[in-house]
Amino acid sequence: MFDLQSALANARFDGIAQIRELGLQGMITLRGDVAAPVLKKAATAASGTAMPGQRKAVFSDTGGMAWMSPDELLILCPYAEVTDRLEALTDALAGTHALAVNVSDARAVFEVSGPHAREVVAKLCPVDLSPQAFSPGDFRRTRMAQVAAAIWADDDQTLRIICFRSVARYVFGVLSVAAQKGSEVGYFQAG
Amino acid sequence: MSQRLPKGGRLIDRSTEMSFTFNGQTLHGYAGDTLASALLANDRMMVGRSFKYHRPRGVVASGAEEPNALINMGQGSRFEPNQRATTTELFSGLTARSQNHWPSLDFDVGAVNAHLSRFLPAGFYYKMFIHPRSFWKHVYEPFIRQSAGLGQAPTERDADTYEHFYAFADVLVIGGGIAGLEAARAAGASGAKVLVLEQTAHWGGRAPVDGGHVGGRPVEDYIDSLVAELQAMENVTLRSRCMGAGVYDHGYVLGYERLNDHRPGQDGPRHRLWRIRAKQIVTATGAIERPLSFAGNDVPGVMLASAMRDYVVNWGVTPGQRVVVATNNDDAYRTAIALKKAGVDVLRILDARETGGGALMNTARDMGIRIDCGRGIGKVTGGKRVKKVQICAQAGAGGALEEIACDAVAMSGGWSPVVHLWSHCGGKLLWDGDQAHFRPDPSRAPTGADGKPFVTVAGSANGHLGLDAILPDAGEAGRVAAQAAGFKPKRAAAVAVDPTTEAPMEPVWMMPAQARPALRAKAWLDYQNDVKVSDVRLAAQEGYESVEHTKRYTTLGMATDQGKLSNINGLATLADALGEAIPNVGTTTFRPPYTPISMGSIGGEARGAVFQPVRETPMYGWHDSHGADWEPVGQWRRPYAYVRPGETTHDAVMREVRNVREGVGMLDASTLGKIVVKGPDAGRFLDMLYTNMMSTLKPGKCRYGLMCSENGFLIDDGVVARIDEDTFLCHTTTGGADRIHAHMEEWLQTEWWDWQVYTANMTEQYAQIAVVGPKARVLLEKLGGMDLSKESLAFMEWRDGKIGSFDARVYRISFSGELSYEIAVPASQGQAFWDALMQAGADLGVMPYGTEALHILRAEKGFIMIGDETDGTVIPQDLGLNWAISKKKTDYLGKRAQSRDHMTDPTRWKLVGLETVDGSVIPDGAYAVAEGTNANGQRNTQGRVTSTYHSPTLGKGIAMGLVLNGPDRMGEVIDFPGTDGTVYKAKIVDPVFYDKDGEKQNV
Amino acid sequence: MLILECPCCGVLADETELTAGGEAHLKRFGPESSDDEFEGYLFRRENPRGVHFERWRHSHGCGKWFHAARNTVTLEVYGTYSAQTTEPPEAIRQKISGVAPGWKWRLFK
Repeated sequence: MFDLQSALANARFDGIAQIRELGLQGMITLRGDVAAPVLKKAATAASGTAMPGQRKAVFSDTGGMAWMSPDELLILCPYAEVTDRLEALTDALAGTHALAVNVSDARAVFEVSGPHAREVVAKLCPVDLSPQAFSPGDFRRTRMAQVAAAIWADDDQTLRIICFRSVARYVFGVLSVAAQKGSEVGYFQAG
Repeated sequence: MSQRLPKGGRLIDRSTEMSFTFNGQTLHGYAGDTLASALLANDRMMVGRSFKYHRPRGVVASGAEEPNALINMGQGSRFEPNQRATTTELFSGLTARSQNHWPSLDFDVGAVNAHLSRFLPAGFYYKMFIHPRSFWKHVYEPFIRQSAGLGQAPTERDADTYEHFYAFADVLVIGGGIAGLEAARAAGASGAKVLVLEQTAHWGGRAPVDGGHVGGRPVEDYIDSLVAELQAMENVTLRSRCMGAGVYDHGYVLGYERLNDHRPGQDGPRHRLWRIRAKQIVTATGAIERPLSFAGNDVPGVMLASAMRDYVVNWGVTPGQRVVVATNNDDAYRTAIALKKAGVDVLRILDARETGGGALMNTARDMGIRIDCGRGIGKVTGGKRVKKVQICAQAGAGGALEEIACDAVAMSGGWSPVVHLWSHCGGKLLWDGDQAHFRPDPSRAPTGADGKPFVTVAGSANGHLGLDAILPDAGEAGRVAAQAAGFKPKRAAAVAVDPTTEAPMEPVWMMPAQARPALRAKAWLDYQNDVKVSDVRLAAQEGYESVEHTKRYTTLGMATDQGKLSNINGLATLADALGEAIPNVGTTTFRPPYTPISMGSIGGEARGAVFQPVRETPMYGWHDSHGADWEPVGQWRRPYAYVRPGETTHDAVMREVRNVREGVGMLDASTLGKIVVKGPDAGRFLDMLYTNMMSTLKPGKCRYGLMCSENGFLIDDGVVARIDEDTFLCHTTTGGADRIHAHMEEWLQTEWWDWQVYTANMTEQYAQIAVVGPKARVLLEKLGGMDLSKESLAFMEWRDGKIGSFDARVYRISFSGELSYEIAVPASQGQAFWDALMQAGADLGVMPYGTEALHILRAEKGFIMIGDETDGTVIPQDLGLNWAISKKKTDYLGKRAQSRDHMTDPTRWKLVGLETVDGSVIPDGAYAVAEGTNANGQRNTQGRVTSTYHSPTLGKGIAMGLVLNGPDRMGEVIDFPGTDGTVYKAKIVDPVFYDKDGEKQNV
Repeated sequence: MLILECPCCGVLADETELTAGGEAHLKRFGPESSDDEFEGYLFRRENPRGVHFERWRHSHGCGKWFHAARNTVTLEVYGTYSAQTTEPPEAIRQKISGVAPGWKWRLFK
């Protein structure tokens, strides 16, 4: 057999926050009429969670589902399970106008953690990342420096970021600059 | 002389001495000094020279408005020119050098300009350097460039880092003086999230210097408790050393935070640019004192009265021992009183007002200071520092009544509110005749997305010059802003403030009022750019009626200080010369930033390795360690060629091409766009997007397609594979994936929204490897897995399956004319698959090949490349691609445009192949010349080269090009002049140079 | 720098998350159209000083297109609305009439 490679092989950087590339994550893009019962049923079965509301993400122990746009969801699951879950999802949607594809390899996932995690990301994204405005359960697609990214909060001090695989090194680079020693901002109050 | 006073200085710490150098000489100051205060403490009266006449220049102000004290700061990788000494905090080891002189500050060759100043009036450059025309480029410009500019440009790479920070606030207060703090408290009390920016390192602004009492306590105590109160509020953030640089549309504000300027070399970024979105903004930006326009007002030692007071009170420094004060208002008396209290001789207060001032005048008189009313300064004499002052009647023409020896002059022409930030986004001003200044017109504030005002102004920025007016105004501004931001402000608590007992000021635009021309020619308005009263009057005389034109003609207010001291005096002078009222002349436009901000802060994190995103394929690391010469394609980096030790890049390219033609090569094709298009209407949709028919494609098959814009021009091409009845996979060019995906979504969302189609950009899901050459099949079969024979996978077909243990989708498509498989595997398997292929192909001589080999291979086959054969003006018909344009379809994007006159014009240049007569390579971009010349005397043209290479397969130079009537001129030889004088002769031939019948790819 | 509320995802989006897409509500003219019709569709654009209707895409967000009605002078935003419509909703038209009486714009008043 052969080795599977994520974009940056769990690269990490320690500064005012800790940056980690999290390795391969199972991801399925599902496009369709998210209000249709058949799609809801198939999607929740694939993710093992409830449906997320607008700009929300919901998680379980083995999966998750995020609201990407009015006709797009992102289903998260362990990398090893993505083929099976996609197959089940595709079967459940047979005859329904929808598109479900495996995008696990097209992305990279980062974790930014520590007391200054929010500040680090707020140096790069035009989004109010104060604990009052952005809390666990929220999901935001935005611009990170010069590339597209999606962000959610695991807890008050842990943010996760998804970006395209090809720009993983760039995203790791800008996060590392933003987390450089001595660059604490001190703007956010506790949540 | 200017020197440190034995005691005093509220901002300095006399127990911490700091040494620094100025022009190489070591000097000493204290912690808390600015560079300006430290220089003055060391009797450095003269700190630079002016821009045009190289006149000696001394510190004139004490803050951001300083036009004169510009220095070259630091050295090496931390060198920066044009830094204001007045806003530079002193630190141990600071190195500063003065600017704009040669060979030295004291003796400067350029100062000869001052003696020629009679011959260098306003508009001199415009008038002088226009004739003769040819002199501009060869004589004038080199000379002017040499003498232009103040500081030197840095020569080393900046050692520091910079960053941005996106902040959101309900109420943003710009200015941390007493008004800003008071406004912040009022806004904060409502629960609103408040951010306060202060450009200096200290809170309270100039109130502690000016003095007074609030609630029975000294104002300084009041400020301390205000700051403490704000610091204790969770919803309020205070940032010092952070200037509000600009106010923009919809409540966007830039804050410029100087984190390490006062402690270079510390960890962390040097500057942070705050990109703030505020619901409401309070500008509490204070006011700036105006100079008086009298002859010799630019001699070092002549200083704003308020600045002189700042140096005494804040830093314990006096700029002179025997001082004359000239004023048209009461505030300057505070300076006289402060100087006198510090033990400095105040020789005279010259009050231009016939009746003098109010209570402060009496205090000054009681302290024994002599006051002359209705008097002004006729002339200051002295070269590098003030020596004497001639006193005259303000109402007169400048006849000297008396001459007194002195070493410093404090002047005050009244105060102008800092309206810049109010005005940046459209706030309008009104003329306040009583105070002789422009102040914000509250009825014409900047408006935001909701159409309502989003800027409120507070304190002296609002035209209030006494504490008793400033405090209530600021509190009200804070409450108004909080309410507009959606919060409920608390009612104001009344505080007792010293009442103002000042006499009205009287505008003085020229001192003396009837000054003779000789005096006007020595009365400076703009110190940095050397604009005098006489220059503005000349501009008016020459017909410059608009203040915007006068500004540009005279350069008034165009220096690095942007006229903070000179604007009002200048436009009053213009108004006087034109016989107009000041409000009719108006102000020039206030543009951000308030003071210059560093380029580094604007760039933020975007420098070095992360200057821009570089997109990498899964095999990037392998390429990098195997000799890849990189080529940027869009944001991707692709290997141009894999150069082996001892090879040139050209050698490598030739080797790679030959190896593909004779053996087998591998190309990392992962960058090609891959877009899934699915739905009942997918076929119909693709028929609209591509010029040819896609809906008839059978599952399992591939078809090459062209995409055009509605303008008819070719925008992309690629192979479409039909996956199943509902699903297509569209390949795009490397640079085109995001653009074409967006193009598809645009049409689906905005035009055909009732069509049932979904798309997904799958480009990065796959690593795609092209295995190309006569031995391609042999190589793949060595890995085992799916049947890749011609029978089960014919040319232009695709299949899913396994190659070895890899999950593969295999396309039998060819961009080289050889037997070729393009194999997509999940990106995470890409490197392992590449390694397996390299290993399996070792005995077949497999080699990777780069983009240049790819280009040559396709050019030998006459295949077009988007971006080479196309440039946004080329339609498929120009390229002989009519075979890929459906005649059956009633519509596709671009079809209508392609029937326009210009598109069907038979004289459009058409694609042909070109073969040099002598085997050489035509230079890229060369044009084919025709007989005769055009209206500009240039040779007429009849075609141009679009791609040109040396073909190792054919052993000669081949090219493709667009040529007038090209396809009808086969065999004709045309001329392509190179830039070096060589004329390349090329024969027009068929663009397919190699394997015209396509036998090699179909085996 | 503008802020527009994306009606598709509800984000108050900074202009740097958005891509401008030019004039709204153009009617497409295809192969059967006259030269004048086609020229109007392809090249003629409104450039008003005042009320304007535009297309925007939330390109660094949910990726969706939407329409915005705004004032090019005051920068007031009257509203954003779905891209899947051929004219602005009545509520937005009324709102514009409230602040800019007598406004007009090519096809609408």
